[in-house]
Amino acid sequence: MSAPPLLEIRNLTVEFATRRGTVQAVKSIDISVAKGETVAIVGESGSGKSVTSYAVVRILDRAGSVANGSISFSGIDLVTASESQMRDLRGREISMIFQNPRAALNPIRKVGRQIEDVLLQHVQATRATAKEKAIEALAQVKIANPQERYDAYPFELSGGMCQRVVIALAIACQPQLLIADEPTTGLDVTTQKAVMDLIVELTRARGMSTILITHDLGLAAAYCDKVVVMEKGKVVETAAAGQIFTAPQHAYTRRLMQATPRIGMTLADLLPAVPSAGAPEMKSPAAAKADVSSTPLLSIEGLVKEYARPQASKLWSKLTGSSEAAKPAFRAVDGISFTVARGETLGLVGESGCGKSTTSMMVTRLIDPTGGSIMFDGVDIGAIPAKAFAASPMRRRIQMVFQDPTDSLNPRFTAERAIADPIMRMGGGLGRDALRARCEELARLVGLPVDLIDRFPHQLSGGQKARVGIARAIALDPDLVILDEPTAALDVSVQAVVLNLLEELKHRLGMSYLFVSHDLNVVRLLCDRVIVMRTGRIVEEGTAEEVLGSPKADYTKELLTAIPHPPGVAA
Amino acid sequence: MADVGKLEPAPLRFDAPPSTSFFAHARHVVSENPITGLASGLFLLIVVAALLGPSLVPFDPLMSDTAAALKPPTWKHWFGTDQLGRDIFSRVIVATRLDFAIAVLSVVLVFVFGGLAGVMAGFFGGWIDKLVGRIADTIMAFPLFVLAMGIVAALGNSVTNIVIATAIINFPLYVRVARAEANVRREAGFVQAARLSGNSDWRLLLTQIVPNIMPIMAVQVSLTMGYAILNAAGLSFIGLGVRPPTPEWGIMVAEGAAFIVSGEWWIAFFPGLALMLAVFCFNLLGDGVRDLVDPQRRN
Amino acid sequence: MLAQIGKRFLTVIPSLIGVIIVTFLLTRVLPGDTASYFAGPAATPQAIAEIRTKLGLDKPLPVQFADYVAALVKGDLGQSLTTGQAVTKDIAARLPASAELTLAGLFLAMSIALPLGVMAAVRQGSWIDHLCRIIATAGVSLPVFFTGLLLVYVFYFILGWTPAPLGRLDVFYSEPARVTGFLLIDSLIAGEFETFRAAFAQLILPAVTLAIFSLAPITRMTRASMLAVLGADFVRTARASGLDSSTIIGTYAFRNAMLPVVTTLGMVFSFLLGANVLVEKVFAWPGIGSYAVEALIASDYAPIQGFVLTMAILYVLLNLMIDILYGVIDPRVRLEG
Repeated sequence: MSAPPLLEIRNLTVEFATRRGTVQAVKSIDISVAKGETVAIVGESGSGKSVTSYAVVRILDRAGSVANGSISFSGIDLVTASESQMRDLRGREISMIFQNPRAALNPIRKVGRQIEDVLLQHVQATRATAKEKAIEALAQVKIANPQERYDAYPFELSGGMCQRVVIALAIACQPQLLIADEPTTGLDVTTQKAVMDLIVELTRARGMSTILITHDLGLAAAYCDKVVVMEKGKVVETAAAGQIFTAPQHAYTRRLMQATPRIGMTLADLLPAVPSAGAPEMKSPAAAKADVSSTPLLSIEGLVKEYARPQASKLWSKLTGSSEAAKPAFRAVDGISFTVARGETLGLVGESGCGKSTTSMMVTRLIDPTGGSIMFDGVDIGAIPAKAFAASPMRRRIQMVFQDPTDSLNPRFTAERAIADPIMRMGGGLGRDALRARCEELARLVGLPVDLIDRFPHQLSGGQKARVGIARAIALDPDLVILDEPTAALDVSVQAVVLNLLEELKHRLGMSYLFVSHDLNVVRLLCDRVIVMRTGRIVEEGTAEEVLGSPKADYTKELLTAIPHPPGVAA
Repeated sequence: MADVGKLEPAPLRFDAPPSTSFFAHARHVVSENPITGLASGLFLLIVVAALLGPSLVPFDPLMSDTAAALKPPTWKHWFGTDQLGRDIFSRVIVATRLDFAIAVLSVVLVFVFGGLAGVMAGFFGGWIDKLVGRIADTIMAFPLFVLAMGIVAALGNSVTNIVIATAIINFPLYVRVARAEANVRREAGFVQAARLSGNSDWRLLLTQIVPNIMPIMAVQVSLTMGYAILNAAGLSFIGLGVRPPTPEWGIMVAEGAAFIVSGEWWIAFFPGLALMLAVFCFNLLGDGVRDLVDPQRRN
Repeated sequence: MLAQIGKRFLTVIPSLIGVIIVTFLLTRVLPGDTASYFAGPAATPQAIAEIRTKLGLDKPLPVQFADYVAALVKGDLGQSLTTGQAVTKDIAARLPASAELTLAGLFLAMSIALPLGVMAAVRQGSWIDHLCRIIATAGVSLPVFFTGLLLVYVFYFILGWTPAPLGRLDVFYSEPARVTGFLLIDSLIAGEFETFRAAFAQLILPAVTLAIFSLAPITRMTRASMLAVLGADFVRTARASGLDSSTIIGTYAFRNAMLPVVTTLGMVFSFLLGANVLVEKVFAWPGIGSYAVEALIASDYAPIQGFVLTMAILYVLLNLMIDILYGVIDPRVRLEG
């Protein structure tokens, strides 16, 4: 043991007063951070990882309080420190960056002024030098044209840019400890990498300590020295980053590790090794490819979707004689063509705004394309207006699993009613008993305990809701199911289960999938072929191994290098 | 499929959140804010007075007795007598029915038309949205009470027209709430999913959208009840709608106003107090209903 | 900035057109014979026929509308039967009284409501928060005419602190030379301090009545939006950066919290202009509200329609000012397309 740690959390318990009595969000945990060390706190939602960091900075909300334990920072006990002492520490010695950077900035104050506020508060600048120093801080986080950006408002900047401003704000006073709470969640992979690289570069250069709070094991492994794994308010394991991946000690860590998709593993690898009951029937991905027949089920030709740009009032432009009214329409999808074969899973990959969701909405016939054709089993369903498609016999053959399981269930329908809805509309007149039997059968098929199907969505967990959504999508034996980021809202362990379920159902029911996702690691596991989209166009297309193994397009390469990989596994 | 049972691929067990019943939640809301309970009691009292008022009161509300005019409250006349010797207590109680009826009718009217117009505007968009929005905007361009005055003055001085005017000035409020709620849900996952299940637009509207915005509309109803009563009483205070000698709170306050400066406070005070309590009760209930349905508090 | 304001002016046009159409329709839907309503209750059939021709009621509706708009442009709102004057002239003479009362009420309400709402949000759950909630619910429940009468009874009849509720100025004082039409300002300009005091004494009760009424929505909105903002991510960032509470509450939270409050002001003005009518009646205030009420009693319709139209136009303009104010506070609106 050399120097004492910079931050030492001992036996910390944090409680929240709720209607059902006090709840312990954090239960006697110990974490220490040495000077210059980068520590990750990893856990799924509800693990207490964010609460821990709020307790350190003492910005817990009203209902929360430290019930027990100590937090010492450079010899100061942060639990008992006075509020004015804390105020001096925050921002100057310990600072934080948050997820959702745009919301983390005052929307109606120039970003430069917000940095000045912090500098002036901690007497790091005078009124005269503040502006200069703020611009300097913006330059340090590699914002181009910092002089101009000084005058920008958050809404004028991109999400990644806002996060840079938040980082500038956090390190403006040269603190010793930076706490980054899910700093890249919600950002695109390429932006995510840039932001993480920046944080690491800046903190290393200044000898700062960092706590990275994340749900992403890959991210933790790629950027941190030490990993602390939390589950349900407890620290279950603390180890060096390399060690935790090669030799995880705790069962939960192992499960979490296993459920994190990585290169060179199969879907089944995501699940803990249990005596598998249904597994023997499962075909390996290699066998699955044999099913792919030559006549495509879905064939898209030159698909285009245009949106009119929001324009200034026509009257106004007429009065002022300006010509801004003549803006061209915005092309969300710009002439793409692809096919999906029977029994195939096609991955549609891209960052936000690339047009992948618009494409899936057109294929499901929820919105009308501006141009191009959508041939489904020999019929141009693109020609049937979206409004009339509900009555088309094709409707039942194309279904969808939605991104957010909670949002996709009517809060006033029970699980059974949700699953029964498509059968009642299009399944021919099933009697009440037959309908019930069919719903129970579907529930069993998706692994939803039958006794849960009379529950309302708010009485179900995220994973259970996802299963209800899947049961509803397959209720009518569709030929094509569009999976729109079906696991994006789920914790990684639940994701592992749902992905396996989807793969299994595909073979059992002989469906084809169009899998829309931004997560390349997941795409790799599930898809036969992959299409990479950017700004409405297809930049690369090929089998999953080709595209993800030896990408040709620069953009695909960029995407691939941006994903953080856990060590110890081929990367 | 005999082997479906074996398909359970979930070695991980998900803990479902515990279920909360509506009544348990209602109990919680009331226990956390006992005033809501008080308001519910007051509401019951108002309903009883409105239903049974005329058969409960000790005096005929229209019977004048000049010998007993302008008497302050006594054991015989709890709220005193007015300038014609009429018993104010009886008049206040009997008036409940009229004031309550005006409020309920106007709210029902606007709930049906405003709510429907708003939901359709929010769900279908397009020209319906434009039209409904334009109508609501035009109504909103007036100070609402002033518009109500203008409408009653133009349509004719009657109770029916007070109901209509009150409904019209509340129209934009209902449209706005219903439109916003329907519009948010139009793109919600569960509505899209129902579309994929082959539901027609109208069915979506009736089975997916409307039931989900009902709680929010219920809050709106209880919040506007108070405003409707105030508005109706205000109109009759300035001589619109209800005519003397009909007992009605607004007009009774107006009649008593002249006597305030000479110290006969009770003539205006008791009907005013009744009016105030009724509005207060509805506003408190509105807050209570909001707490009841607000998902943020239902946790 | 000027272009922005110009653009907002354009948005007013549809509202104004709507207002004019509605007021026109209101003049034509009078049940029974419009002309006889306009002629008044005691008119002979001959007089009614004359009025019909004079008002152009024998022409087709579109022509009538064109005439109506043409008259409006000239500032002609018809004649009042009660005063025998042009309605426009009557209204112009009485408008300052109403404006002075409304603004005084609003000013009073804002200066209490804003600090109260902010304090309630900052000290959530404290006595000041409870006070704030009581005021917010009680305030909207009070019928203005009732509050006015209670205040008169207490402060005039019992305590004798205020003069009789009979208009803007005691009969013993003469009105100061008219500059703005606001007695408080005009008397100061004329240097007549006694008159100022007398006018102030008359104004205080009706202004307080209006303030009590509009206090509630402003307090409620301030508290709610302040609470929402204090829970926002950017306030958390500010706290985590160690900014002191005065900066956080003042510079960060308050300005953001004002945005919904400014929007609510539109609603508050709507209430205020309506409540004004009732308050003017209670205090015999010689404004346009009591003018309309007197006309209502006399079944004199031209003044009522003139009143409704004037109020609507005023309200539209007030909303325009609120819009512009909003743009000043919120850069997002300012820079929008």
